[in-house]
Amino acid sequence: MLRFPSPPRHNAAEQLRGEVREFLSSAIATRTPLQRAESWNGFDRDFSKALGARGWLGMTWPKQYGGHERSAFERYVVVEETLAAGAPVSAHWIAERQSGPTLLKFGTEQQREEILPRIAAGDCVFCIGMSEPDSGSDLAATRTRAERVESGWRVTGTKLWTTNAHKADYMILFCRTSGTPADRHKGTSQLLIDMRGTEGMTVRPVLDLAGQHHFNEVHFNDAFVPETALIGTEGAGWNQVMSELAFERSGPERFLSSIQLLLELIEALRGSDSELAQITIGRLTAHLLTLRQLSRGVAALLEAREDASTHAAIVKDLGATFEQDLPEIARSLIDAEPDRQSTRDLLAVLAYTMMSAPSFSLRGGTREILRGIIARGLGVR
Amino acid sequence: MSDTGALLADMTERLLAEHFDDNVMRAARTGIWPQAGWDAAVEQGLPLALVQGEQGFDIPLGEGLALIRTLGRHAVPLPLAETMIANAMIAQAGLTVPEGPVTLVPECSGIVLRQDGASGEANRVAWGRDARALLIESDGNIALMTAGFDVAEQGTNLAHMPRDLVTVDGPTEVAPLPGISLLEAGALVRALAMAGALETLVELTIAHVTERVQFGRPLSAFQAIQHALARLAGEAAAASAAADLAADAFAHASPQTPIAIAAARTRISEAAGGAIGIAHQLHGAIGFTEEHRLHWFTTALWSWRDEFGSAVWWTRRLGVESLRHSKQGFWPFVTSVS
Repeated sequence: MLRFPSPPRHNAAEQLRGEVREFLSSAIATRTPLQRAESWNGFDRDFSKALGARGWLGMTWPKQYGGHERSAFERYVVVEETLAAGAPVSAHWIAERQSGPTLLKFGTEQQREEILPRIAAGDCVFCIGMSEPDSGSDLAATRTRAERVESGWRVTGTKLWTTNAHKADYMILFCRTSGTPADRHKGTSQLLIDMRGTEGMTVRPVLDLAGQHHFNEVHFNDAFVPETALIGTEGAGWNQVMSELAFERSGPERFLSSIQLLLELIEALRGSDSELAQITIGRLTAHLLTLRQLSRGVAALLEAREDASTHAAIVKDLGATFEQDLPEIARSLIDAEPDRQSTRDLLAVLAYTMMSAPSFSLRGGTREILRGIIARGLGVR
Repeated sequence: MSDTGALLADMTERLLAEHFDDNVMRAARTGIWPQAGWDAAVEQGLPLALVQGEQGFDIPLGEGLALIRTLGRHAVPLPLAETMIANAMIAQAGLTVPEGPVTLVPECSGIVLRQDGASGEANRVAWGRDARALLIESDGNIALMTAGFDVAEQGTNLAHMPRDLVTVDGPTEVAPLPGISLLEAGALVRALAMAGALETLVELTIAHVTERVQFGRPLSAFQAIQHALARLAGEAAAASAAADLAADAFAHASPQTPIAIAAARTRISEAAGGAIGIAHQLHGAIGFTEEHRLHWFTTALWSWRDEFGSAVWWTRRLGVESLRHSKQGFWPFVTSVS
């Protein structure tokens, strides 16, 4: 049986919460509810730099790499408050959440010194080169191949669903450096790709259900990548990428995607004497409180440097269900048509959230993959 | 964990495993009071585990509350959780902790407190027939009553635990209610016990699917079974975290303790429903038989989730509280709870 530790009462983190709220109340004051609902996808380099300037990115990293050596709980507060407020986090947060920690753990000294301070300053955008047309959550089936050549690699293959590839400075590419897809996780590696100066690489937009451009298809056609791009050990890509995924799955973003919709719903139902409304909102609040408790338990495990991958999978699975159910629950309480152009914030936010919700149990590993991981963590697989 | 707390936790786990074997559990369901188990619990000091100050042994409150979760892990058919929380409140109110089982009679029971005593009747009092003292709440006061009450009608919950109609007419010692209400206190101990029972439900189910072979393979080798188990573990983890949320709030005397308890009761109730469904599905027909251990945990969970306030009552209370807030105020409200 998996137990989540209780988070300690952390005074420094709670004091920080007030500071972050004060900053956000002016920094994003003009964002509309619809823009706030797009938080995950809101791309604003200036906002990210402002967060970096406050010392609120790379918070747990060593000072020598631009970090601030603060606790996992303090970082948790910043992530949670920015998402709950609907701040535009997309220009920093893949880098800050997982690419940075991967470089910190496995990168060369040169990679760390060059890149980590820029991430901590909110001035470096990353994208994730994991999924492929024929391998989404089945990462071991990766076919993108890097062949050894003099002083580097030649990369050939296609990555898909690559969020922000068109805006990113770097990609961490998961690829095969030996063997074939039949070897599964053996012979895989991670390479640091310069998205600005790699010849033979093209980025093509893929629009999502809401008609927006976040995804891309990235083609590598004999693209040359220098030797210095290798992250960690050649052939050890699988273990490295699993460690990266634990970061990707552990945070409060896994249940806060629909928070703006919940807030609009509460505003609309405020003071209602409908028992259905009261009971429904009570249930949602109980879920939210519980998810926070679980997710802060993961922060406690990270702070203690314990493996949290199974716990993270549980939070992501429960969180995705919660945030995915919200638009359907809202529909059961609101007698009106969702409409992105509506002047009623609730209807615009409902429309956007509905159109995004199917992705909640796909991104970062499908629900089925997560349940497999949980079962393994329980020792039955 | 403190030394005393660790020792008590370890000894309690062993005591419960020893005294609540299948025979004792089955006998208790027919109304036989497990005297040996009660005596062992008293000898170990369990009734005083939550009592702070000179009447108790001053283990940290969080560690005392963890013992109630352990009672739930064994679905212990005794009013120990009631006695523990009642004694804690009695001591906190400055009254003298009584001997023997104590049970809780929350507000709105139909009992009226007077200057010198109490009268009236209360329905579905947990372990009324076995209690040596009642702790009654009325109008912001609690009254401790060690004589002058009687069981007018015996009843049980779905787990065959006594829930009796009690009539009251006698003297009491009265003090102002300390901290949370008796309904909240009772709800808290039920939340903890349910989190414990759900742990056992998961363990029983994992053991079953690992041992049971069907179609030439252990059940656990089937992906459909693995995914169902993952959902079960997720619900149990959520229940456990929700119980922690309430226990942490109570242990730190947070003003938001009632909200945390409401959230715990709401989430755990939903978790119990989901988890019981999965556990029975994975156990197959054997789990549906009366004699299987799974049965005791299923019926305890079904019963506990509606005691000291039904699930829907707690959910609505939390909803009303949530809907007091504007969209700017709701998130600060959420973060104030833990």
